[in-house]
Amino acid sequence: MSQPKVPVWVNLALIPFINIMLAFLVSALVILAIGENPIEAAGYLVYGAFGYEEGIGYTLYYATNLIFTGLAVSIAFKAGIFNIGGEGQAYIGGLGVGLACLAFDQTMPFYVIVPLAIIGGAAFGAAWAYIPAYLSARRGSHVVITTIMFNFIASSLMVYLMVNWLKQEGRMSPNSRTFEESAWLPYMHEMLAAIGINIEQSPLNASFLWALICCVLIWGLIWHTRWGYQLRTVGTNATAAIYAGIDNGKVTIWVMLISGALAGFVGLNEIMGVQHSLLLNFTAGFGFAGIAVSLMGRNHPVGIILAAILFGALYQGGSELAFEIPSITPEIVVVIQGLVILFSGALEHMCKDRVEAFFTRTSAA
Amino acid sequence: MNNTTSPYAIELRDISKRFGAVQANKDICLQVPAGTVHGIIGENGAGKSTLMSIIYGFYEADSGDIEVGGELVNIRTSEDAIRFGIGMVHQHFMLVENFTVLENVVLGAEGGAMLKGGLDAARKELKRLEQEYNLDVDVDAVVEDLPVGLQQRVEILKALYRGAKILILDEPTGVLTPQEADHLFRILQSLKEQGVTVMIITHKLREIMASTDNVSVMRQGQMVAHRVTAETDKEELAELMVGKKVRLVVDKEEAKPTNVALSAKNLSWFDEQGVKRLKDVSLELKAGEIVGIAGVSGNGQSELLNALSGITPLSGGEIHFNGEVITAKNKKNASQMRDLKMAHVPEDRHKMGLVTGFEAYEAAILGYHNSEAYNGKILLDRKAMLDECNERMQKWDVRPADPFLKTANFSGGNQQKIVIAREVEQNPDVLLIGQPTRGVDIGAIENIHEEIVKLRDSGKAILLVSVELDEIMALSDRIIVMFDGAVVGEIDAKDADERTLGLMMANALNEEEKAGGQA
Repeated sequence: MSQPKVPVWVNLALIPFINIMLAFLVSALVILAIGENPIEAAGYLVYGAFGYEEGIGYTLYYATNLIFTGLAVSIAFKAGIFNIGGEGQAYIGGLGVGLACLAFDQTMPFYVIVPLAIIGGAAFGAAWAYIPAYLSARRGSHVVITTIMFNFIASSLMVYLMVNWLKQEGRMSPNSRTFEESAWLPYMHEMLAAIGINIEQSPLNASFLWALICCVLIWGLIWHTRWGYQLRTVGTNATAAIYAGIDNGKVTIWVMLISGALAGFVGLNEIMGVQHSLLLNFTAGFGFAGIAVSLMGRNHPVGIILAAILFGALYQGGSELAFEIPSITPEIVVVIQGLVILFSGALEHMCKDRVEAFFTRTSAA
Repeated sequence: MNNTTSPYAIELRDISKRFGAVQANKDICLQVPAGTVHGIIGENGAGKSTLMSIIYGFYEADSGDIEVGGELVNIRTSEDAIRFGIGMVHQHFMLVENFTVLENVVLGAEGGAMLKGGLDAARKELKRLEQEYNLDVDVDAVVEDLPVGLQQRVEILKALYRGAKILILDEPTGVLTPQEADHLFRILQSLKEQGVTVMIITHKLREIMASTDNVSVMRQGQMVAHRVTAETDKEELAELMVGKKVRLVVDKEEAKPTNVALSAKNLSWFDEQGVKRLKDVSLELKAGEIVGIAGVSGNGQSELLNALSGITPLSGGEIHFNGEVITAKNKKNASQMRDLKMAHVPEDRHKMGLVTGFEAYEAAILGYHNSEAYNGKILLDRKAMLDECNERMQKWDVRPADPFLKTANFSGGNQQKIVIAREVEQNPDVLLIGQPTRGVDIGAIENIHEEIVKLRDSGKAILLVSVELDEIMALSDRIIVMFDGAVVGEIDAKDADERTLGLMMANALNEEEKAGGQA
């Protein structure tokens, strides 16, 4: 062809790898600067994340949230929409999950509550995404601005609801009552124990499986259905979409609904899987981290799973690191996470041109 | 033209420029005597703008020399061009709308960190320029409040302020009223009297005749003729512009048109700026005939295709098609028009006809992706898509016949075959086809033309839009000429020749008739 091609693995694997290595390099300099040994620190980080069963459990538990929010960002991105409201959509989605549990945990059995909670999380998350989607599709407001504003609105709304309506009487903290056990998602160690495999306890729960199922469903939707076809057409060539008779606004709206629903599933993991009550701030920035996960995972479900596990490892290994080396405070761990996001997300294209040029030159020669 | 006593203000020797497969400029030679107004005329896509962009340093020529005032120069950026005394007034003005005239003029030549000194000096200099060149503008007016004619004057002042001795105007009258255009021509005359050399790029014959001393004609990237304006006329220029190309021969029998397949009445369409781009266009397409739309591109042909195919809603008028009456109120989008059995090969296959990131078998269902043929209950039927794509690739000789190749990686001709195959194989009643052979190699052109005629003979109505006049003449049974958004003439293909069509396309026939002359 007219242009020499860059091997596929360069874009899919080499460039993300270089970006992460650069992030780690800068992190190493930071750790050196505070007088610690970066190799030792890296050892603790890797061991903390992958070295023992409980650590792996935590890593995957964090990864579950990141898969949901990463998928949410990437499906919107495939349609050319930059949904950075994942945080708010996850927050309100969690409200939906919690309300479903609170409403039915005393009357319904587990297998009825689970689908209701899934529907609740999806509906609330989607509803929260619908307003910016509608404003963008039909009124021309910029979805980046509106979704980020809606994160703040979600945050305030949750404080209001928790403090004034959902707080359990007599509690000092703004938590709802604890759900009955019929509304608890089973932990992974419980499920595996049921089939005779014993692992250490960790917060990893059944929502991880649902996250993997969502990956398959979204992959099928994007690449193997007519709706995915429309979504990709709108995302890559909006003029061709109009030519094909696709209503770009309509696509924007339903893609954002799916995106919001996916973000809303964070509530399954946090509310139904671990906390077993509604509370504040359970999204803890996972909605924003989803943007980096989606970028790093190249907007493909397989990439998103890998990137989510990497970021999950950073969360888990990072807290282990802060525990083992006290002079590396949790704030330094946040710096390391930030550097990875910076290099793999914001500076994603920093090395791209040079690396690609290297390969086009060598393949042309 | 051979007035060699004075040195040329600008001289080009063998300038060539290629964009990918397109040779935009080929061995261009041009001599512009100092202190004259020189017209460069040609159809859209003839390479005029590319040539001027090379002179102004937006592009670098692949080969060739430029001399300014007898000195060989190397123009790499527009700063270089300004340094050599070349100024340019673009078709779309490069002004900061919410700045004043003064601020716009000094932009890029502020003369120091603090504005005050530079502005005061500029104000004085502008006064002088305004008087010298008879360019009256209020320097403190905000640009967005000025009418376009005055905005253009600001552009001219801007160039003069930077010391331009050679002024290039790209399609200067495109946005002007006739009165403003006349005023512009007077300004150009006074510039000339002050020793400024002016180059005007245009496809309008009237302004060439009205304002230039010499004229050079470009066609398909080449300079085909130089004339002294006083010694030529519109007819000759029109013919030179359109060219007597090797006649395309399309083997076809007399058309046997039957019933009316589509009729459009008084179609009008306003763009986002509120400019009327389609002006009461009426036409009829009969089954079994090819109707060609001739016209210099940008005269409403694209808008007509978009309106008929449902891409843009109508602002007024009605389309009668297969039992439906489509109006501004009863809208049909492109997909609904397809359901009514209308197919559309768009003019720009990259922007519209294909999604270049898609693989060929995916691009082959664009617009028909909801069709039962390609869908199971939920999933797309990949096997059906692939089978059909393979079959079509064989039938239309698409190379390489690889359904998994990204459409971006096919050559222009093969991309076009993918698009035409997709539209034709749906067995439409009406086929709208824009620029069917743009960027397509000769072999593929014949192939595509044969298929279009075959489709006509099978009783379809075809509307053909092309900037290639010989393509229009070779394929059409009837030719409709569009100018400035309106239909200005209709002619039987048998009676059409380049000259008449060229004049109709420039709307010169009507003007002359009005003036009592003979066409």
